[in-house]
Amino acid sequence: MSRLKRDSLPMSAVRVTGQLALFLFALLAQCGPALARPRLIVLQIYNAGARSLIIVMLSGLFVGMVLGLQGFDLLQRFGSEDALGIAAALSLIKELGPVVTALLFAGRAGTSLTSEIGLMRATDQLNAMQIMAVDPLRYVVAPRFLGGVVAMPLLAALFNIVGLFGAQLVGVQLMGVDRGAFWSQMQGSVELNDVMEGVIKSCVFGLACSLIAVHSGYTAEPTAEGVGLATTRTVVASSVLTLVLDYMLTAAFL
Amino acid sequence: MRDVEYQISSRVILSGLDLRVRRGRITAIMGPSGTGKTTLLKLITAEAAPTRGRVLVFGQDVATLDRAQVFAMRKRMGMLFQNGALLTDMDVFENVAFPLREHTDLTEPLIRALVVAKLNAVGLRGAAEMMPAELSGGMARRVALARAIVMDPEILIYDEPFVGLDPISLGVILRLIRQMNEGLGITSIVVSHDVHDLAQIADDSYLLSGGKVVAHGTPQELTASDSAVVRQFMQGIADGPVPFHYPAPDLRTQLKSVDEP
Repeated sequence: MSRLKRDSLPMSAVRVTGQLALFLFALLAQCGPALARPRLIVLQIYNAGARSLIIVMLSGLFVGMVLGLQGFDLLQRFGSEDALGIAAALSLIKELGPVVTALLFAGRAGTSLTSEIGLMRATDQLNAMQIMAVDPLRYVVAPRFLGGVVAMPLLAALFNIVGLFGAQLVGVQLMGVDRGAFWSQMQGSVELNDVMEGVIKSCVFGLACSLIAVHSGYTAEPTAEGVGLATTRTVVASSVLTLVLDYMLTAAFL
Repeated sequence: MRDVEYQISSRVILSGLDLRVRRGRITAIMGPSGTGKTTLLKLITAEAAPTRGRVLVFGQDVATLDRAQVFAMRKRMGMLFQNGALLTDMDVFENVAFPLREHTDLTEPLIRALVVAKLNAVGLRGAAEMMPAELSGGMARRVALARAIVMDPEILIYDEPFVGLDPISLGVILRLIRQMNEGLGITSIVVSHDVHDLAQIADDSYLLSGGKVVAHGTPQELTASDSAVVRQFMQGIADGPVPFHYPAPDLRTQLKSVDEP
């Protein structure tokens, strides 16, 4: 612990990055063998994905509705409220879908992954597996990691769909934007590239958030305090990393 | 184990430790808390490597084994953790079946037969469908014992098996340890500070203090020992060679310094 306190901020950033990279390599090596047990992975997709559905869809609906209101207000000033469909679709697919879903994912699924693995560490379950010659990276960590990686893009896609419905609800039903213009302009302007940008972003965020969640759980101090700290670290690190990565990816795509 | 030393950063946990566990016997490792008993187990199971000296298990130096060999070695060992360390997301039956499912290709009926037999051996056949959270401390430890023997290990390691048990559960665990040893011929290593319980079952005892073996012999020999450390430990005297006070500055100086801000 004394070593940790002495490190300056840049040094500790370098150390954490290195640790994460090494952990990722060890984890990827165990992902292949873990695929031989699809039941465990499916269970984790359910845990990370299906159990996050309500929060993701509810948030998607309201984000879409807000987009409808704000977009309408903005576009009306230029007399081009018919473009609401494009505006909502592009902002959802390219930005809000992947980013907000990743933030929700970190709070809902990431924390539960971290605390679950951390508690398994604290109660010697991971040690017991080691002694039984079962690699916890393969049996516990890899399925949870893969589950998160698969679930995240699916959640983002659902977020987008519900979000578009919300924007349509407010824009068309409430504010009176022309229904035909709303959908046809969207159809005409949203290109495959835009969708790909969103898909790639959500895959990258899914990878980053799942990695951080399982890593901080796996390396948590085996105490109540340690698991609590690890859970907090998951939310903070995933959120910040998501936003940083988002900027980098957006810059790369433009 | 010969001349084993183990350090964490600069803190020496074990130094110059010699210890021999004989095949087919129950060896007790005793000592006050914080003398490195748990560390010793980690060395045996190759969770940690000694900084000096050699640890031989099944005639192999564990420090020279690669990952696959360590896992192969561990398949020949069973370990009972202090709190059982059952996997909380599966029921008792699946916990005991876990090593079989991971390491063997046995058919389902065979796995079922083996698991039922092992659960019967610890008297918990009826609890097969309970979840670990529903078990009492003593039951959890018995399930963990069933799990530890399901692969028919040659060495069985017990880490503090008596802590926090009521007298009945304690008697059950003691009986089981002896049964496993006599019935199955398993070499047993029991780590504990419970002198009197250990004396009932151990063939051989090592007393550790300050990272060294301070005494070795049968429990009777240790009880009869006239060494001050051994007497203090065996009879539970609060102060002696192992001091009551953790090293601290002189009390009077410390109290004075409180007054002077």
